[in-house]
Amino acid sequence: MTIVEAPVTGTRRRTLGRARDWWANPWGKPRFLVLFTVLYLIWSIVPILIAIRFSFNEGRSRSTAQGWSLRWYLDDPDLSVRHDPDLRSALFQSLRLAAIAVLVTVPLGVALAIGLTRWRGRGAGTSRAVSLATLVTPEIVMGTALLLVFIHLLTFIQLGTMAQAIGHITFSLVFVLIIVRGRLLAIGPHYEEAARDLGASALQAVRLALLPMLVPAIVASGIVVFAISMDDFVITQFLSSGTNTDTVPVRIYSQGRTAPTPALNALAALTLAITIVIAALAFLLWKAVRAARGQTGSAVQEFAALDADTIR
Amino acid sequence: MSDRDRRVGGKQSGNAFWAGLALPGVAWLYLFFLLPFYVILCVAFGTVDPIFQTPAPEWNPLQWNTSAFEFVFEGLFSSGAAFQTVFLRTLVYVVVATALSLLIAYPVAYYVARYGGRWKTLLLLGLIAPFFISYLMRMLAWINLLQDDGWVNDVLIWVGILDAPRNWLDGRASSVILGLVYGYIPFMILALYAFLDRIDRSLLEAARDLGASPFQAFRLVTLPLSMPAILAGVVIIALPMFGDYYTPDLLSQSPSTSMVGNQINLYIRGGQQIPVGAALVVVLMMFLAVLMGYYIVSTARAQRRLGA
Repeated sequence: MTIVEAPVTGTRRRTLGRARDWWANPWGKPRFLVLFTVLYLIWSIVPILIAIRFSFNEGRSRSTAQGWSLRWYLDDPDLSVRHDPDLRSALFQSLRLAAIAVLVTVPLGVALAIGLTRWRGRGAGTSRAVSLATLVTPEIVMGTALLLVFIHLLTFIQLGTMAQAIGHITFSLVFVLIIVRGRLLAIGPHYEEAARDLGASALQAVRLALLPMLVPAIVASGIVVFAISMDDFVITQFLSSGTNTDTVPVRIYSQGRTAPTPALNALAALTLAITIVIAALAFLLWKAVRAARGQTGSAVQEFAALDADTIR
Repeated sequence: MSDRDRRVGGKQSGNAFWAGLALPGVAWLYLFFLLPFYVILCVAFGTVDPIFQTPAPEWNPLQWNTSAFEFVFEGLFSSGAAFQTVFLRTLVYVVVATALSLLIAYPVAYYVARYGGRWKTLLLLGLIAPFFISYLMRMLAWINLLQDDGWVNDVLIWVGILDAPRNWLDGRASSVILGLVYGYIPFMILALYAFLDRIDRSLLEAARDLGASPFQAFRLVTLPLSMPAILAGVVIIALPMFGDYYTPDLLSQSPSTSMVGNQINLYIRGGQQIPVGAALVVVLMMFLAVLMGYYIVSTARAQRRLGA
């Protein structure tokens, strides 16, 4: 690609005109945009850092800095995350649901993706539309629907962990579908075809030729499912059977305005730390797998594009 | 369909295999996604048990009872009625929050996609980070900041904009809209980024070679090209906003900022009139059907272009 220098006009332009050029000129120095982006990132991240800082407060305030301590994590005998049973159980419930969601959704979604991509028939288009519909249905609608179905029709499914897990699997299935399907379309049908020509059965072709190539997409979809399951609030709350099946977001919702102590910040910070560690480990695994398959380029950039594909 | 496709996918036996592979997932979606919608309808068109006040769904569409819908439509279409105010307020909040998000998101996505350079990986990490921080935690952070003695008041007083601390968390539309923008904007940025990153730079070079000013090149080439991404981004953040009830609950807690989601939450989880809640959900879905339909159709078209 050739780099074209912006023509130097020599005449002094008004500031407004220059600002417009920074915005528009693909080759000039976009100083306005740099400033804007940096401000956005500060606005986006600093409130979180401040919330984490308050979780280390020695005092009770969640709005002013009061020394440093682990009181709200460990030491407070009643209210710390370690000693308050509600906070503790919320953390475990979040992790339990996320684990179930990843373990069930990923295999289910991979099979769905392969099947829907290769299956030519009237049912395939409809099923694809139905799975995309789960992506755009507001959560409150899906939560109401599942709540009512468990109360009135599928009554053998109890509200609580079971119902919540079903909810999480239902809304995260489409993310696996989109990520794996994208990779399948990139791979194309040649490899299976070659395997079939060499005498493999359809199942063998999938298992021996296709699945190994899908491993990076499978790991990536696992990360995404884990993250959205940890993040979910509405469906989890609608299908909760009481305090003992509340997750971290549900606890933040019910205590955020009524019973505020920095322990809630501590719980949120702890959850964030755990999410980041698990996601980072999975990301490193994904990067390694990707490298082993000979894919090059920035892993973060590819992951961001992947993430973006799942939302558009 | 190419020859190759026909050989792999078109074989009758092969096709059954692929359908079988998709079956568990498809069955799951029909059982836990489509069937529940029918149950919503049956509850909305059902009755309430006179003694226990529990809803009694009507499974037979021929005997559907419309009283819950009559109640909702009365609240919607008689002027000044409760549901009408709430629907209009929701619409205003969502439109304002979506517009603000777009104004902030576009320059950021544009910068990262076009000028990221060697900082791109770091910038992208910053853009993805919110996806790993729970939405509720991000609202909690703002509750901390917006309290009477919080840092927002401190800063505003220090700068001289305010004389005394303002109560931000008690029924202020501005706080709710701030929360909505803060909460949903990462989705829009990423949707825009993915698209802007793929725009072919030689198109801009061509525009410049043909004498367009940088601004004209942006206005006549980049902006029209990114229209589908803008629409996708708008839909993808507007839809969940319409069902949001936790942002107003956490950042205002007042009926004066109640949105449609708050009403649904109230009727479904707290109330005795669950059929009314179900009817509200049905009405909301019909209202959103246009947006959802647009999204599904345009996504399907984009996938077809990719060679599905």
